[in-house]
Amino acid sequence: MRASLFITCYNDTLFPETGRAVVSLLERLGVTLDFHPSQTCCGQMHANTGFRGEAFSQAKRFVRLYRDAETIVVPSSSCVAMIRDQYPGLFDELGNDTLRREFSALLPRVYELSEFLIDRLGVEDVGATFPHRVTYHASCHGVRALHLGDRPYRLLSKVRSLTQAPLANVDRCCGFGGTFSIKNAEVSSAMLAAKLQDVVATGAEYCTALDNSCLMHLGGAMHRQYASIRTIHLAEILASTEASPWEATE
Amino acid sequence: MSPSAANHPVLDPLLAPPFPQAALPLLRNPQLRTNVAHAIDVIQAKRSRLVKEKSDWQELRDAASAIRTEALANLDHYLEQFEERCTRAGGTVHWAADAAEARQIILELLRKEMASEVIKIKTMTSAEIQLNPFLQAAGIDVFETDLAEIILQLGDDEPSHIVVPALHVNRSQVREIFARRMGLENLSDDPQALTAAARTYLRQKFLNIPTAVGGANFLIAETGSVAVVESEGNGRMCLTLPRTMITLAGIEKVLPRFQDLEVMLQVLARSATGERMNPYTSLWTGVTPGDGPQSFHVVLLDDQRSSILSRPVERQTLKCIRCAACINTCPVYRQTGGHAYGSVYPGPIGAILTPQLMRMHHAQSLPFASSLCGACYEVCPVKINIPEVLIELRSQVVDQERRQFASIFDPMFLGMKIANLLFQKAWRFHLGQRLARIGARLFTRKDGWIHSLPSLGAKWTQTRDLRALPNQTFHEWWAARTKEAR
Repeated sequence: MRASLFITCYNDTLFPETGRAVVSLLERLGVTLDFHPSQTCCGQMHANTGFRGEAFSQAKRFVRLYRDAETIVVPSSSCVAMIRDQYPGLFDELGNDTLRREFSALLPRVYELSEFLIDRLGVEDVGATFPHRVTYHASCHGVRALHLGDRPYRLLSKVRSLTQAPLANVDRCCGFGGTFSIKNAEVSSAMLAAKLQDVVATGAEYCTALDNSCLMHLGGAMHRQYASIRTIHLAEILASTEASPWEATE
Repeated sequence: MSPSAANHPVLDPLLAPPFPQAALPLLRNPQLRTNVAHAIDVIQAKRSRLVKEKSDWQELRDAASAIRTEALANLDHYLEQFEERCTRAGGTVHWAADAAEARQIILELLRKEMASEVIKIKTMTSAEIQLNPFLQAAGIDVFETDLAEIILQLGDDEPSHIVVPALHVNRSQVREIFARRMGLENLSDDPQALTAAARTYLRQKFLNIPTAVGGANFLIAETGSVAVVESEGNGRMCLTLPRTMITLAGIEKVLPRFQDLEVMLQVLARSATGERMNPYTSLWTGVTPGDGPQSFHVVLLDDQRSSILSRPVERQTLKCIRCAACINTCPVYRQTGGHAYGSVYPGPIGAILTPQLMRMHHAQSLPFASSLCGACYEVCPVKINIPEVLIELRSQVVDQERRQFASIFDPMFLGMKIANLLFQKAWRFHLGQRLARIGARLFTRKDGWIHSLPSLGAKWTQTRDLRALPNQTFHEWWAARTKEAR
């Protein structure tokens, strides 16, 4: 099988290890990967901050770059939610018929990572080993926009030596919300403090998620507070094997 | 300014500070935050238990949404039908284009009744048009009869929630307010003692004041009836004892058919208070000789509603049945409570309704007072896609900024414009990444993390660190790997 990676702006810049983990994981599972070097951003930041025209140009770029791809894998639930929930409205308002047609044809081929593994490849056991206690933070877009359901938990349950630690109030927002964390920094921090309390209470060594934006928020506070827990994208756990265990990048 | 005046919540969107500023003192008030979180947890737990027991909850939501959508799509027809049938049953219908007109109509009706005092059923619409201070200034004493509203009125406070307006006040604070204002020094904070005190206070008002002002949960077009749902029975008293009843209702409150109540009452009670059925549902149609108020008026308030109705995305705001489920589930509201929103309508619904009621000329910070987590949409019994409306309103605020030259000096606005330029061409994006990497070095500490950033970045680093920018982006790694493989 062939798949194209969409490694969105902040993952490319700030979390390249997540993209590398996706490559190592999917190649291990026999997927041939493409990566389009001209890709940049899905437009979510602009759309959610009210810069609709700008978001539209990025949405248009995405369609032009990926319209011929067989399958597109995106290791970021909020970027997939942007594509599924907001692109249709943007194209209806600002696009033309060709663009709308191309997008409708492309949309069913866009997968978030856990969707791709379970729904497209049909694997739950990816052969990973991660000997740690891990709690899963179900990002808002993963729960309520993509309805990922138990997919991430199923993937985690098949990882050797991994203990899952259930997180209280798992569907509550961590307070990131993109530019919300800047525009309403104090309220965002109060939400973060509440979330961190729940995360630390799990006694886990690692907090994982399918979206690095939440993890950047949580991880930033964990680091500031010298908390005994750190963040890791789920792709990095799944990429980790006994032969080639995950190594911290810091 | 006295300390109490300094702390007095401002719920007038014309005067209220922007949300981030208004939130600050509330975030520093542990008592308030504990009260809010506790009250919300109680309601949420009840709601989620009762929603789970309905196997057809999603179908009920669909039905409720369809009823509200149809009512709004034919609002002109249903309003005229309501007017005709209410009038035929002995009521009088008044039309108010805006808040000032509604206030004036109510004042004139009260003057005709020679009223110097009125009792009130809880109505957020009257708070929206700031009726109480207006009537007080005109020499008419207003007495709230809803327990929460009494607490706020006697405590010189403002509502922080649309269903449970005194949700931010706890029992011992209620005791203190009642003891002080009712002269009951030995009052205990036992709930029964508190309600008994309120009852004694209220009985005298119910028996002596012949004029009442209330709101409506629903107006039924088919029959010309008005419906009020409540928990305490004070509304029932106001609807039976007085001689004159004046109902103030937004024009969007119409339901086409009596039968629609079957769906609406089910979703409303479960969503609002976590009950299968609210304790008191009052339904009345015009005037019944010898029974209840003999003079009945309905004031139908537009105040921007027909303008909201004309906009395709925003229109859904008017489907709202004021259950507050979105407020109770909102992680932002949970931290700040309602006063931060500077409006009688707080939480997610307030964040979309208030700026629209202000024609987007005020309260522009409210559409941004959300992390877009989507919890509000998930619980909304009439399926208002609140995040969608929030984003639409954000883009209108940004369009206002685009028309102002000074925006280019705003770091957020400028940053978004630059980011857009970078994202348009891969070479620009990659150049930007390299420059950011060099720039970030200035702020990166030996531990490989950034602890402090200037300008907008300081908003991030006030509570969070940021890992330093890695030396190799993903696309650089991919390019190197591809080259190696060749």
